[in-house]
Amino acid sequence: MSQKVLLNAKEVNIILHRLACQLIENHNDFSNTVLIGIQPRGKYLANRLAQMLREDYKVKNVQLGHLDITFFRDDFRRSDKPLEANTTEINFLVENKKIVFIDDVLYTGRSIRAALTAIQSFGRPNEIELLTLIDRRFSRHLPIQPNYKGRQVDAINKEKVIVHWEEEQGEDAVYLINN
Amino acid sequence: MSELSVNHLLGIKYLNNDDIKLIFETADHFKEVINRPIKKVPSLRDITIANLFFENSTRTKLSFELAEKRLSADVINFSASQSSVKKGETLIDTVNNILSMKVDMVVMRHPNPGASVFLSNHVNASIINAGDGAHEHPTQALLDSYSIRERLGSVRGKKVVIVGDILHSRVALSNIFALKTQGAQVMVCGPKTLIPKYIDKLGVTVETNLKKALNWCDVANMLRVQNERMSVSYFPSAREYTQQYGVNMKLLKSLDKEITIMHPGPINRGVEITSEVADSDQAIILDQVQNGVAIRMAVIYLLASKIKQ
Repeated sequence: MSQKVLLNAKEVNIILHRLACQLIENHNDFSNTVLIGIQPRGKYLANRLAQMLREDYKVKNVQLGHLDITFFRDDFRRSDKPLEANTTEINFLVENKKIVFIDDVLYTGRSIRAALTAIQSFGRPNEIELLTLIDRRFSRHLPIQPNYKGRQVDAINKEKVIVHWEEEQGEDAVYLINN
Repeated sequence: MSELSVNHLLGIKYLNNDDIKLIFETADHFKEVINRPIKKVPSLRDITIANLFFENSTRTKLSFELAEKRLSADVINFSASQSSVKKGETLIDTVNNILSMKVDMVVMRHPNPGASVFLSNHVNASIINAGDGAHEHPTQALLDSYSIRERLGSVRGKKVVIVGDILHSRVALSNIFALKTQGAQVMVCGPKTLIPKYIDKLGVTVETNLKKALNWCDVANMLRVQNERMSVSYFPSAREYTQQYGVNMKLLKSLDKEITIMHPGPINRGVEITSEVADSDQAIILDQVQNGVAIRMAVIYLLASKIKQ
């Protein structure tokens, strides 16, 4: 197994600032926008961006939720491992809101397909955008593309892209792992 | 998330503590789902479930059906009173006929104890026992424990008294297994004629004085007197039963502490429990009903995940 660093902590930080600025450019004061982290891995990125927007860029109205897509996935009874559910925390209505889905790695696009269905249980949003830290652009199974992306990666299918977060693994970094 | 250790839910006695924990954690997620504006998830859209009710039921049947529909399963219903069972068809024949229509899971209530175990040995589908005679009613016990966990934080170490007709009650037996597995202390209380011999072998204490039992417990689970299962009189009159084993507000107020009152339904108001008590803040009867849907969704979801394609 070989491991390559795609992004180190400094690079992750620069990218997060850029993504935050791009969000501000399109959503101004966030009065009609909500950020939704896709559980389980998108939660960390969403938390980090929301914190950055509030503290570094003084945006007051940042609303943040987390969406679990387990029961909406299309591989129930098809994968070898049992699917693990996580908590959904959406304490606001998404009716007529602009939503930004946030996930760490965009790979086949199937999670985002599930998230698009799952969010309908909370109302009819006006618009949905997608932000991902890593876009594995040649691995898509569905016609789904990010509106905001940190870094594009051209990984082959047996390679894995793993994102580490300081609050979970003790460091901010992105690795390319070859099994 | 791990998997259940069983392929069927036939009784609590086949589950271990990890299974119960997994069901509760899954039910937490489904409880959040059923409080959304749109309460449905598509997980089981390729699963068909047959609800076979060979005995009357309102709450359990509705609760199972709702849970199945909230998971997007296809549902077919069967009740014995309107079927060929009356014409002399055997249980296995009835069920195999239904299964040949490509049914993946069977939820069954049957008046004979052990019917679901028997069925699981003979047919190729996942079986959920929705009550078999005076034997077990596992989903009821799970939702009872789940409601205790929700109200009091945990089940471990809590003192629970089950009051009433223990002899004819599948709810009592499943509750005893579930509570003991989770580390609660269990007492049964009722007239001697309605308490089975050797019940203390299950690790429960027996008390015939209701006031003493209520003073001991954190939670009282009040059972219904099952007149339909009684072939002889087990107590002189309903009035005398109520005087000795009915819970009223005066009795609750006279206790040293505030206890939680549960009832699996249907309630005979004024017999085992007065209306005032049933509708008070100490009673969590309607929470039990709501939790029933979440628990049944969890059980169906976890068992369905073990049906391989």
